[in-house]
Amino acid sequence: MSKTNKNAEDNLVTISINDIEHKAKAGSMLIQVADAADIHIPRFCYHNKLTVAANCRMCLVEVEKAPKPLPACATPVMDGMKVWTKSEKALTAQKDTMEFLLINHPLDCPICDQGGECELQDLSMAFGGDSSSFQEIKRVVVDKDIGELVSTEMTRCIQCTRCVRFGEEISGMRELGATGRGDRMEIGTYVEKSLDSELSGNIIDICPVGALTAKPSRYQSRSWEMLQSEGIGSHDSVGSNVRLHTFKNKLVRVIAGDNDSINECWISDRDRFSYQGVYAKDRVKSPMIKKNGIWKEVDWSEALETAATMLQEVNPDSVGVLASPRATVEEQYLLQKLMRGIGVNNIDHRLRQIDFHDQENTDLFPNLGMSIADIENADAVMLIGSNVRKEQPMINHRIRKAALNGAKVYTLNPRELSFNYDVTEQIIASPSEMVTQLTLITKASFTLSKKKIPAGLKDLFKSVRANKSAKAFAENLMNAKNPCVFIGSIAEQLPAYSTLRVLAHVLATNTGANFGFVGGAANTSGAWIAGLVPHRKEAGQAVNEIGKNASEMLNHPKKIYFLLDVELEADADNPQQALAALNQADSVIAVTPYANKKMLSNADVILPSAAYSETSGTFVNIEGTWQSFKAASKSYENARPAWKILRVLGNHLDVKGFDYVSSRDVRDELKELCDKAEDTPKFETTGLFAEHDSVNVKSLQRIGEVGEYVCDSLVRRAKALQDSQPDHQAVQLNTDEIKKLGLAKALSADEQKVQVKQGGVMVEMPLVVNEMIPDGCALLMAGTKSSGLLGSAFGEIVITL
Amino acid sequence: MAGSNKQTATILSKHERDDIDMWIARFPEDRSQSALLAALRAVMHEDHYISTEKMDAVAEYMDLPKIAVYEVASFYSMYELDEKAAAKNSISVCTNVSCMLNGSDEIVDHIEERLGIKMGESTPDGEFFFKIEEECLAACCGAPMMQLNHVYHENLTKEKVDALLESARKNGTLHKKETS
Ligand code: SF4
Ligand code: FES
Ligand code: FES
Repeated sequence: MSKTNKNAEDNLVTISINDIEHKAKAGSMLIQVADAADIHIPRFCYHNKLTVAANCRMCLVEVEKAPKPLPACATPVMDGMKVWTKSEKALTAQKDTMEFLLINHPLDCPICDQGGECELQDLSMAFGGDSSSFQEIKRVVVDKDIGELVSTEMTRCIQCTRCVRFGEEISGMRELGATGRGDRMEIGTYVEKSLDSELSGNIIDICPVGALTAKPSRYQSRSWEMLQSEGIGSHDSVGSNVRLHTFKNKLVRVIAGDNDSINECWISDRDRFSYQGVYAKDRVKSPMIKKNGIWKEVDWSEALETAATMLQEVNPDSVGVLASPRATVEEQYLLQKLMRGIGVNNIDHRLRQIDFHDQENTDLFPNLGMSIADIENADAVMLIGSNVRKEQPMINHRIRKAALNGAKVYTLNPRELSFNYDVTEQIIASPSEMVTQLTLITKASFTLSKKKIPAGLKDLFKSVRANKSAKAFAENLMNAKNPCVFIGSIAEQLPAYSTLRVLAHVLATNTGANFGFVGGAANTSGAWIAGLVPHRKEAGQAVNEIGKNASEMLNHPKKIYFLLDVELEADADNPQQALAALNQADSVIAVTPYANKKMLSNADVILPSAAYSETSGTFVNIEGTWQSFKAASKSYENARPAWKILRVLGNHLDVKGFDYVSSRDVRDELKELCDKAEDTPKFETTGLFAEHDSVNVKSLQRIGEVGEYVCDSLVRRAKALQDSQPDHQAVQLNTDEIKKLGLAKALSADEQKVQVKQGGVMVEMPLVVNEMIPDGCALLMAGTKSSGLLGSAFGEIVITL
Repeated sequence: MAGSNKQTATILSKHERDDIDMWIARFPEDRSQSALLAALRAVMHEDHYISTEKMDAVAEYMDLPKIAVYEVASFYSMYELDEKAAAKNSISVCTNVSCMLNGSDEIVDHIEERLGIKMGESTPDGEFFFKIEEECLAACCGAPMMQLNHVYHENLTKEKVDALLESARKNGTLHKKETS
């Protein structure tokens, strides 16, 4: 079957559309051929990324010898076929279909958010009649509340089932369906229920009518009043293409852009709805200086002069620079150039990492090792320490495609995770046992390959005893044709990250797998390339003197901290330690769009920066693609794009080479340096195995992975996303562990609260039962309000009643 | 996972589970969804209607998305999803064209009067449920017709209807009739 299909696919046939000949692949659908030739055929149910349903009948066209018009979306082309898309027969059929579709449609365009960008509206302009033969009463469908993100108006639905197919085929969660029959058929969830998928917002884009619209932007503006700019999603390392919509210079909506090699036409809910955070209440309007404990708004030159003086007055060794991996390449490059220009070497962006042993051995930047689109072709995928579905939804989408094609997926994680595809095996190991498990598998792979065990690994291998399941695991990887080993953000946060990374790399090399990193923020790659690390300058060039890493800078406090868009209580691994460091510092200079209470109490100079939609810049994604974007709107009040702030600060500090006119100049300079750089660093595994930080946990170990909607300052302020994830603020344990810790009583109380203690601080928080957490561990997400008072994300904690 | 399975086990009766298993076994392994119609019928026999709770239990038992069960259950007129419909006997009078032309409206009026309920309601004693607007049951040549529980009765007159309702009341429940 598949063989004949393949042969057929190579065959080209000739068909004629509107009396013009076209070559087409045999077996493709008429609508695809017409689309490729730019001949427009009206449609509602057809979508090129979904299966064909052929239920709307809008695409009817005339085909020679066919007695009746045929649906172009479900008619395969055949050699010699003659098709007319605009003949009288075709047009009559399309017109009649339109009349049927409008029978029950409320025609409430004036109050519909879709108005002006509605496929139904457009096609009824082209094909609709001005009156209807249907004189009876129209039906009404009662709406269901499906959560904070998508607003429903199901009377407008034309039952094309795009949203239903999306759930089944793309998000992998069948949540919407068609219930009832005939004219009472309804699209909905049947029971009241919030959509749970991390991709749910895409149904807004694909719904051809106004049945599904974006809840947060509902009734804010009409589509023709908005301006559209191209942008890049800023909450994962994929760099999804997005379109930013502004109204009266304010960002009011984000929709998906198209880029087949990155995000196809989908985006995560996080990239879609985070924009709400741009105008948060604590957005800073003007530069501010704190004098004797009182904040005062000042003009830019005074603020910059104050910051410059602070930096000039101290020994550069006592300055610590911490920057966001979400900052643009331009900002990151200027920041390190500026700081190194005045002799500061303590520069880092790896705020959640605590193990830096192998930093010298990293590639130019931790990367995927392949293209994003290529993941689809994998036939075995191993994920180590990664909640890829929530962290990198578009990478997960590719893995899902591979899995649907038969790829086997294996995971090694500190807790069981839910995936939207079949996972062959999930190995669950408490954070401290992850190294043991990975050692087992790697060792087994060497037993199988009979290759020489790399020096230094022997001791680690000796410490574990081979077992069957590890062998089966390794065998599966070895037998695959296109295996991939990916290490993710959870692993990156662990005390034994470098060991895990080296093991994963060795395992990949030994099994012939691609090795890749599937974590990171929007511009983690850029941060490495720009030299925002203590041990390398831009383009991976060696530094004269290696500075302190993020963890050292906070552990051994500095006199001055310079922060670029970071909130350490949520962005650092150990908030307690980080805040204490800021507290004792002489001065803290913060370039930031926001100033919350903690920021106001710790900082001394606040330089308000533009939000992601208000600045031009570049992000480099996990596969190494540079994507530049322009500002979608002006900066808020007196805020300025951070690259401009840094440029002027450079001038104040008399650093050479700071006379850029545009952000492009900055990018081009870095790009050129990268192109010229001869030997960029490569991943090296030699001599790393011995340095393995083992954690000895006596009581309860915290699993402090970063919650989906708390990963950065913008998304933490996005209201709708926050409202849709109440469990993030809770501590989660399995039933046995709850009993063991004597917490069962908390479950029976009305308010199920417990006391969580870490590093001497006690916090009260809700307790949630979650059977997917292993014994001896408690899930307590990092990045939340309550975790901002606690210690290291994967440290030890105590929970009491 | 184990916890929820336990739940399913208590929500679906042993009889229902056996019935579902029997039907699943009749289809190829990757086509077990085909047994859904039979599974829902098993629940109908037991409860005379299908609650959301039972649909969820069926979904879990058969490893289907819940919505896939809701779709099927709400599509077919032989399934009742409203608890109000859970009477011992179910009456469906065809009101489609042929039957309407042959006087189904009068039959409907008569039944409503006799039972003191409207279409779509159940008698307070739980004996009868009168289904709303049944479509053509493909017995047009015997119009007007009705379905009482699972049996077709054709060429209806008021007297014939009275007799049928009377004997149904005497003979007891749908369930008994099914299994006897
Ligand atoms: S809600 Fe929109 S996408 Fe879904 S079936 Fe209706 S018209 Fe189609
Ligand atoms: S687009 Fe072809 S039938 Fe809907
Ligand atoms: S119309 Fe009543 S059975 Fe066909």
